Amino acid sequence: MNRPNLDLERLADRHRRMHRIRAFEERAVAALEEGLVLGAIHPSIGQEACAVGTVGSLARDDLLLSTHRGHGHTLEKGASAAAMMRELFGREGGNCGGKGGSMHIADFSVGMLGANGVVGANINIAAGAAHALRLRGERHIVCCIFGDGAINRGPFLEGLNWARVFDLPVLFVCEDNAYAATTRTETMTGGPGPAARAEALGIPAHAVDGNDVDRVAEAATELRERVLAGAGPQFLWAKTWRLTGHTAVDKAAYRDAGEAAARWKDDPIARAAQTLRAHGVGENILSGHREAAVEEMRAAYEEAKAAPWPETAALYADVQDVGDPREAAFRW
Amino acid sequence: MVTTTYMEAGRRALAEEMRRDPTVWALGEDLGRGGVFGQYAGMAEEFGPLRISDAPISEAAILGAAVGAALAGTRPVVEMRFADFALCAVDELVNQAAKARYMFGGQGGVPLVVREPMGMWRSSAAQHSQSLEAWYVHIPGLTVVAPATPGDNLRLLKAAIRSDDPVVYLEHKDLWGIEEELGADEPPGELGSARVVREGSDATVVSWSAMVHNVCEAAGELAEEGISVEVVDLRTLWPWDREAVLASVRRTGRLVVAHEAVLVGGFGAEVAATVSEALFGVLKAPVKRLGAPRVPIPYAKPLEDMLRVGPDAIAAAVRAQLLGPSPG
Repeated sequence: MNRPNLDLERLADRHRRMHRIRAFEERAVAALEEGLVLGAIHPSIGQEACAVGTVGSLARDDLLLSTHRGHGHTLEKGASAAAMMRELFGREGGNCGGKGGSMHIADFSVGMLGANGVVGANINIAAGAAHALRLRGERHIVCCIFGDGAINRGPFLEGLNWARVFDLPVLFVCEDNAYAATTRTETMTGGPGPAARAEALGIPAHAVDGNDVDRVAEAATELRERVLAGAGPQFLWAKTWRLTGHTAVDKAAYRDAGEAAARWKDDPIARAAQTLRAHGVGENILSGHREAAVEEMRAAYEEAKAAPWPETAALYADVQDVGDPREAAFRW
Repeated sequence: MVTTTYMEAGRRALAEEMRRDPTVWALGEDLGRGGVFGQYAGMAEEFGPLRISDAPISEAAILGAAVGAALAGTRPVVEMRFADFALCAVDELVNQAAKARYMFGGQGGVPLVVREPMGMWRSSAAQHSQSLEAWYVHIPGLTVVAPATPGDNLRLLKAAIRSDDPVVYLEHKDLWGIEEELGADEPPGELGSARVVREGSDATVVSWSAMVHNVCEAAGELAEEGISVEVVDLRTLWPWDREAVLASVRRTGRLVVAHEAVLVGGFGAEVAATVSEALFGVLKAPVKRLGAPRVPIPYAKPLEDMLRVGPDAIAAAVRAQLLGPSPG
């Protein structure tokens, strides 16, 4: 295939990073089955090109707001896989000290201001974070990633409008995996979808093949530059497909088996590998990416498994500065 | 000393904090023109449109944006216009603002203030009159403040703005015009500290917000009958000053809690239960709660008045306690 901007080294690195996300989630799913990961997790298997293409194109000082399906985004922003695995296990040394879990994972040290357990809730928060950047005179952007289901929630309208009327530095990314939980999104969505809604609010929208990591990265990089240049909020619609269920325990039996099989053939990691292979990158390098990722996540798993539970004092820590939460329960 | 209204006290608190700290800013509908009641009059002129920011009628975005702006290092003061409208932003307040610090393991905080003008005022009917403070007290992570006087509005709003956690700040619309002499230099108050408005020995009456004034009127009336009432203004509902209430009831042996909110599930129940648990042996009469019947707030004044807990009802409750049999 003819690719004018093909940079083999860069694509190989993206291939390696997609494998990290895949390996992290496969390891987490296995750990869930063992009872080590405690609560629900929402794998992004099949969507890794969106994470690597968008978040991988941000600067370290850019801020990121993610979703319940945010392991890939968080890893790409620079969070430690070992700390993330500990968080999923609810252990000490997790990014949130074991008090957030997968759905509330955050790493403020790398500008990752939180996944969110409420669909679409991160959109207004992202607009506000961008508002703060404006007030503080900082020249970064906020990247806000949400799914196709979020466009049917009120915050989508309110937050996009907010970013537009205040001309805020936000890159909105609709990572469209075709499903809102277990429901086909198109069956519950009026009109032509995310891009048209963004454009109706005056925000330029760009559609991209969300399974082509280079294309996603090119688009995200260009849109980020536009935001930085003062063009106001931009909207990227990355169309991908969720290869597994809504949660790790959802077998996704509601889907057409033929479609799922066809979509597996469009796996973004396999696609990147195919391009690399076609341009002479050796099989040992490609399989090396996979093996290194599996090994990294195996080590993260072992570390998390050995990590202690949070101290009981953590229960009462970081509620708020005033008002001892213990008093009410234990006073008499 | 300057004669200051309750409304002006709030304006002054915000202005003084904004002059002191450049990260403090305010956002809400109509703020550029002084806000719906005039609480922000002249502020856009002093601080500019970036720091006194207008907003679309998008309560969820106003509060959600404040959460994001707080996580990213500023101190937003949110104007909700009417406490009732804050219900359009419950996810943003309850699921996001209140929990972010905890669920992110203390990596970041949400230092924001949500100003919610509350209470019955000028026949505003069912969607512009509610007192919903008890809901917020139920949510871990939220501080809840309901000042009754201009001085407390000045000092507690300052404290709320300096708090590193989200504060639900309930100003009573019926108090906008009341006046108090205030000094040129008023430091922030203490969140969680009650005020004994009037000392007394026969019964303790606990209240907050506008109801404090009705209680004081009742106490004056009872004093003429030789009944000595101690009036406690909680000022802050979370954290609430249990020590002050318990100390007072230990002395008087009787407790009435009065609030404008619906009686059922009101914060008075928390105060009553706490005192009953802690001081059962001390109580000379069963604890009495006063609040509104569980109906939406009607428009017609005679009907609305039927919901109000007035000085007469408070005085009657205290008299009944003094007449009642002692337990045991």
